[in-house]
Amino acid sequence: MDLRLRVAGPGSRALAFLLDWLIRSLAALAWYTAAATIYHRRLQLAAPANVDEQWFLAVLAPAIAIFLLYHCVLEVAMHGRTPGKRLAGIRIVTREGGTPSPGVLLARNVFRIIDSFPLLYSVGLATAMLNRRHARVGDLAAGTLLVQDRMPPPPLPSPVGELEDGMARELAAELNERWAELLPQARQPLARALLGRGAAGFSSDPASQDDSSLRRALARVGQGAAS
Amino acid sequence: MVRRHDQVLANALLRRTGLWQAAVARARKLAFGRAATVEEALTAVEDYRLLARDLAAARRLIPDSRTCEYLEAAYAQAHAVVHRGASHPGYALLSLFREQIPSVVWQLRTHIAWVTALMAVAVGSGFWMVHTYPDLIGLFASPDLIATVERGELWTEGLLNIVPSSVLSAQIFTNNIVVSLFAFCAGFLFGLGTFYIVALNGLMLGAVLAFTGQHQLAGRLLAFMVPHGCVELSVMCLSGAAGAAVGEALIRPGAATRAESFRIAAAASGKLLFACVLLLVGCGLIEGYVSPDPEFPLWSRLAIGGGYWLFMVALLTGWLFGRSRSHHGPL
Repeated sequence: MDLRLRVAGPGSRALAFLLDWLIRSLAALAWYTAAATIYHRRLQLAAPANVDEQWFLAVLAPAIAIFLLYHCVLEVAMHGRTPGKRLAGIRIVTREGGTPSPGVLLARNVFRIIDSFPLLYSVGLATAMLNRRHARVGDLAAGTLLVQDRMPPPPLPSPVGELEDGMARELAAELNERWAELLPQARQPLARALLGRGAAGFSSDPASQDDSSLRRALARVGQGAAS
Repeated sequence: MVRRHDQVLANALLRRTGLWQAAVARARKLAFGRAATVEEALTAVEDYRLLARDLAAARRLIPDSRTCEYLEAAYAQAHAVVHRGASHPGYALLSLFREQIPSVVWQLRTHIAWVTALMAVAVGSGFWMVHTYPDLIGLFASPDLIATVERGELWTEGLLNIVPSSVLSAQIFTNNIVVSLFAFCAGFLFGLGTFYIVALNGLMLGAVLAFTGQHQLAGRLLAFMVPHGCVELSVMCLSGAAGAAVGEALIRPGAATRAESFRIAAAASGKLLFACVLLLVGCGLIEGYVSPDPEFPLWSRLAIGGGYWLFMVALLTGWLFGRSRSHHGPL
């Protein structure tokens, strides 16, 4: 059984990256502020004139580590996700659709050096836009993909409402063709039932529509089937 | 119009929505959980089969539908859960150091030899250039460094009076790790980036050695470099070799596509980077605590440098983890 992965586009990628960038910046800044305040025993962010071990190891190094190791650590811990990716509804998978191993995720992150070159992830963004799998250099090196992680809405539960878009369009097209042959008291309930149970492209309340509006709506919905 | 019996089948399929939603909920729970019971695992496999069967039917009966889209996503999620490998970090690390890294080193032996030769030629060239045309040092060294050496001092002396050892170590190994990773990744530019980084570092080293030699400071510089430099330069060659393998995979992909060849080379040679990073942390600690400290006599510097280099060889051949010499099989 082949797996059809819903590959995330450059937009979702960029959104996830921006969210992650914001989160890691805030986390690093929060650490720096808190640790610097404890170090100075008052709210002061500036480094001391002579940087000592305590400042470096307790204030500066952890803040830099939070910012730089954010992706490596969280992607491994969250099985190919980060908070930003979760918010954007995407995750990293192998090309076979599986969860990538830590080694694969680390290799993917090492190539950020190239992707971020020369600035603002230009190489990564250009690469993602130019190949059909929207993979940046890191993804190409590690054999990974970014896919949609959000589940689409489940099908509707009632028998008529469960009509799929394609089927509903065909029924709408056929009802539209036979519109003139049917009596208004027969065709209007049918149209209302069809349009009111999730037929694609019809959003307003069909109960309030008159005969001609219902037909126009049916014609609009049925266009998909005709094409 | 959809055929009558297909429509009946489609409607029967659609009545299973509840089963799919329950399967999705269970898969979601397993995806984020650390451990599962045997019953949960077996249920996940059953769910996977159910989703596969229904997806196959939906693709035939109602393609391009919302149901089909939902089933595709549910199946992909179940697939990821069922096919997730067991996590054995300890064994994975042991296997990496005992089997995989030594195999990579063996496979890259030609690349390592070529990159080492390139580094040696670059050091020799840099030395010859500055030795013959002393003014060229301005191309390789900063004005501050030149001024310090011209005063008869090394920029490394008194370093510990300015920066604490721990800070110095962290700065050094961070910088070295970035250079090493860059030398590897730059192989993506068909190996040219790697060539540039290795050659530039070699030229700079040779130039500085020649320049300090002209001011009778070469001996002191070598004494500073010996404890950490043997491994540091070796690691630079190893990273360069890994980058060269990536570049070669892009230039000569062989039977595979260029992208596939790149992926295979990056995945295989990238394992070596793990050992390189660990070795560079050690180099940084030595360079922060030992190299600038005048308390360490030359014999102890030689012992540390030689010992650490032997440790590197033992690590890279797998000898440290009990690997025998006959295991040079494929990765």
